Amino acid sequence: MAGLQVGVQKKGFVRGRQWPFHLALITSVLVIAFPLLYAALIATQTNAEIFSFRFTPGSALASNFDDVWVKREFSRAMWNSLQQSFWVTVGKTVLSLLAGLAFVYFRFRAKWFVFFFVLVTLMMPTEVMILAMFRLVSGFGWQDTMASITVPFIASATGAFLFRQHFANMPVELLEASQIDGATPFTFLTRILIPLSWNIIGALFVIQFVYTWNMFLWPSLIIRDDSAQVVQVAMQTLLNFGGALTFGPLMLAAIIASIPPALVFVVMQKPFMSGFVTAQDK
Amino acid sequence: MLISALVAAAAFGAAFFAKTPRHRKPRRVAVGAAVGLAAAAVVPGVMGPCGFAAEASQVDHVLFFGLMLTASWLALIVVRMIYDRADGAAPETASMTGEIRSGGFRTKPWVPWLLLSPTLLILVVFLYTPAVQTFTLATKLARLGAPNSIDVCLGNFSELLVADPVRVVAYPLVAVAAVYATSWWRRATSRETVSHRLAEVASTFAVLGIFVALYAVFSPGGDGQVAYRPVYVTTLIITVGTVATGMVGGLAIAYLAFRNIRGGGVYRTLLIWPYAISPTVAGILFFMIFDPTAGIFQYLAEAWFGIDVPNYRENAVLAQAAIILASGWKILGYNILFYLAGLQNVPTSQVEAAVIDGASVWQRFTKIVLPALSPITFFLLVTNLTYAFFEIYATIDFMTKGAPAGKTSVAIYEIIRVGVNNGDLGRGAAQSVLLFIAVIGVTLWQFRTSGERVTYGGAG
Repeated sequence: MAGLQVGVQKKGFVRGRQWPFHLALITSVLVIAFPLLYAALIATQTNAEIFSFRFTPGSALASNFDDVWVKREFSRAMWNSLQQSFWVTVGKTVLSLLAGLAFVYFRFRAKWFVFFFVLVTLMMPTEVMILAMFRLVSGFGWQDTMASITVPFIASATGAFLFRQHFANMPVELLEASQIDGATPFTFLTRILIPLSWNIIGALFVIQFVYTWNMFLWPSLIIRDDSAQVVQVAMQTLLNFGGALTFGPLMLAAIIASIPPALVFVVMQKPFMSGFVTAQDK
Repeated sequence: MLISALVAAAAFGAAFFAKTPRHRKPRRVAVGAAVGLAAAAVVPGVMGPCGFAAEASQVDHVLFFGLMLTASWLALIVVRMIYDRADGAAPETASMTGEIRSGGFRTKPWVPWLLLSPTLLILVVFLYTPAVQTFTLATKLARLGAPNSIDVCLGNFSELLVADPVRVVAYPLVAVAAVYATSWWRRATSRETVSHRLAEVASTFAVLGIFVALYAVFSPGGDGQVAYRPVYVTTLIITVGTVATGMVGGLAIAYLAFRNIRGGGVYRTLLIWPYAISPTVAGILFFMIFDPTAGIFQYLAEAWFGIDVPNYRENAVLAQAAIILASGWKILGYNILFYLAGLQNVPTSQVEAAVIDGASVWQRFTKIVLPALSPITFFLLVTNLTYAFFEIYATIDFMTKGAPAGKTSVAIYEIIRVGVNNGDLGRGAAQSVLLFIAVIGVTLWQFRTSGERVTYGGAG
């Protein structure tokens, strides 16, 4: 190793000894992981074990799991969240692809107006209009339905502009060649554009899945029926078992609820990063 | 009073086109005055001249006039855009909308509209409609679940402000004037001179002055006013704390992890995973850590340092610190992720040159790395602000529920408390409008600074 440490390396700025960096990085990793590791410990313990501050795995993992998954039917909340995330992610990707296609490969009157109409929604987050939205969606009679937590979120300026920008950077010859071959807009989209956009689609998938899965405020307002509730809100009910404050089941639920987005994130990390870099290169 | 307000709006419209080239000037000034007048008249046209009614307070008068001028200003901006397009001085809409220069599908004219229709339909129904309704709701006394409502004009807004109309007008005007004056000063002086440095310092203070002016304008409560000043202060503390913690920590760790070091990829994955954690889970994890009876924090503080930490939910400083720590931790992964990507673009050649010139580690960091990262920093600043404005709701709801005495009740939390828990939709909507204005401010600032570059990764 000693011979390799001379001079500036290709990437990064490390010269000299590496162990201080390893030490600093391991410390950072542990500090960041600490809350989750601690929760994992608590998830295995009974209340008595928690209050005696034992730092070894406890005896209650199975019973905590039974409390969360079976007694409180956390599985149902997981299924609801999974459905919600699926519909929002798929819907947003499809609608964004169509909008990007229209923006880049068609000429039509008032395009600049439509562009601004979509652009302006970037400064209209749902949260600032949440009371009016609650009134509106309740007025549709959509409380406690899957529609109320999916349909309002399947269109976004972010997604449309992401594909618009990506398509605009593609060579013009693609379109010319396909037109000579007699491609319709639909075949052009499915045969040419989508295969060239997997990175962007992957990046959008990760962002949207995590965003939808982690949604809290809106479902907490519009969903009042426990059987239709999503995980983030359902966790609130797990602080109390048998009339007493219980920590183990709650921590276990927090960990279980984090598995799907973490899985998506880790599995899709490569396309996510490269999609991000593509979007940054203009 | 209404007549003089309309005249003032017309004069504003005329003045808006004062800089037009001479041969077009008379016409444009006339159009400006007409548009300014018409747009201002829309406000009393829709709401009735209620802001100038006999029973309205003086702050109501001021707000109503301000609303009329804002309407004029927005309409005038649109008119100017149209004129700029006509003059050919406009930004190229073609490149902006991403239109390709040649070709394009030659199909029936309705095809692109068909492709856009689902997006536009959703945006109209679920974004534009509630946005407009938020404004109308804010002018009403409306209870959750009650079918009827009463018009209260701008009463929901004026009760959030101090009751003195002079202060309501003067403080923001002075602050904005100071920002313009210092930025003019900065541009008038040449770089690297003492007065330029002074101007930079002054302009920083002027921007901070806006926050001070807002502090002075929001009512501290009493006299039938709503105490919004504490909410403003809480929001400011928690937002700044969260964004600062998340960004400084994110940059520091990314700068460490970016190095070409054995196992770098493993470190990087182990550092960015909190991105996938939800604000709710962040709240739950820190709720556990800081719990006064079962939490490890209190236990270790006692066991190792002999400190008896009070219950964080009963102590304003500790409660805010706990919220900041939890949400700062949560966005750390996101910031590390984007800073790692940004660090790939730092020019290695410059760093090497600096090493040869004998620059210290700190000099290299501040003179080369930081400037190269500024686009990412800026992007992250905006997304972190959005996070601290909205997503933080779940964390607060789990950890403190706004306690103690509203010291952790930030703007979005207060909106739900007033609008849903208290069922007072009108007042909640008025507070939503304030938050809306803040978001518009941040977004416009983003557009102005980063031009037309569209980035993504935000919540929407």
